[in-house]
Amino acid sequence: MLILTCPCCGQTGEETEFHAGGEAHLKRFGPGSSDDDFQGYLFMRENPKGVHFERWRHVYGCGKWFHAARCTMTLEIFGTYPAQTLEPPKDLCDKISGKRPGWSWRTFS
Amino acid sequence: MSNAVSAMHGATWSDGIADIAEAPLQGMITLRADMKDKAVKKAIAAATKVEMPGPGQANGVGDRGLCWMSPDEFLLLCPYDTVAADLARIQTALAKTHALAVNVSDARALFRVSGPAARDVMAKLAPVDLSPAVFQPGMFRRTRLAQVAAAFWMPNADTFQIVCFRSHAQYMFDLLKTAARKGSKVGAF
Ligand SMILES: [Zn+2]
Repeated sequence: MLILTCPCCGQTGEETEFHAGGEAHLKRFGPGSSDDDFQGYLFMRENPKGVHFERWRHVYGCGKWFHAARCTMTLEIFGTYPAQTLEPPKDLCDKISGKRPGWSWRTFS
Repeated sequence: MSNAVSAMHGATWSDGIADIAEAPLQGMITLRADMKDKAVKKAIAAATKVEMPGPGQANGVGDRGLCWMSPDEFLLLCPYDTVAADLARIQTALAKTHALAVNVSDARALFRVSGPAARDVMAKLAPVDLSPAVFQPGMFRRTRLAQVAAAFWMPNADTFQIVCFRSHAQYMFDLLKTAARKGSKVGAF
C-alpha cells in the first residue's frame, strides 16, 4: 500500500484517497509533430523495477494534481512535489540517490 | 416556500458500539477564492466573523464554522435559516475579488457518530490515521468513507460530524450502521 502526502494540502493518506495519473514529465507532441514523436508520446512509457515518477491526483481530498516519486518494488514513496514542475527536483533526486545508489529514470539519475 | 427536510428525516440508530444520527438541516456555503489574497482574507473574516482556519483545520465561533477544504476552497457552516443573509453578505464583501460563494446546504447531508467507540467506527471507513495523537477536535479532514467522498471533524473527543453528498445519505447511514455493529469494536486506539 502506498502512503502519499499531498504537497498541496499537506494531508497524508493511503492510495485509495488518491488516483494515479500515469507517468510524470511527459513531453507532449501534438499536431505538426512527426509520426515517431507522436507515437512515442502516446504509447511509449517507462516500466521500471525501482525508481519511478508519476502524476497523482488527491481525488477524495483537495482535488489537486501533484507529482510523486516512488519505488515500484517496495512501494516506498520517496517524496511528492507540485504539479507545476517540469522535472524531478534536485533535492528529491539526491534523497533517492541516498536510498537507491545508481538509480536512473529516463534521462535523470 | 416549500418545507425543507433533511435527506434522512433525522434518522437515528443506537443499536451498536456507537450512536448514529442524521443531524438537522445545516447551512453550508462553499467559498472558492485565492485564500492567500489579503483582500479575500479580510472579506471572508469580516463577513463570516470567523478566523481563517489553517490547512486541515476547522474554526468555530458560536453557531458558525469555517472549514479548510483545499488551498482554494473553504466551507462555511452557519444556521440553516441565515444562509441567504450570510451568502448575500459574503458576496457583497467578495464583490471586488475573483471569488465564488454558493449555497450548498441542500446538496449535502450531515451525520453524527458518537460514543467512546466512534473513533473505531470511523477508522474502519476512512484511509486516514485516526489515532487520538494525530486526529483531534479542531481538525478537518476531507477524504472518503468506504466508496463515497466525505469530510469530517470532531466537535468533541467522542464525536465525529460527517458531511457528504445528499444523494449518498442512505448509503452513508447504512454504512455507518454496518461499521458500528454490535460486537465490532476493534480497540485499536
Ligand atoms: Zn491534497
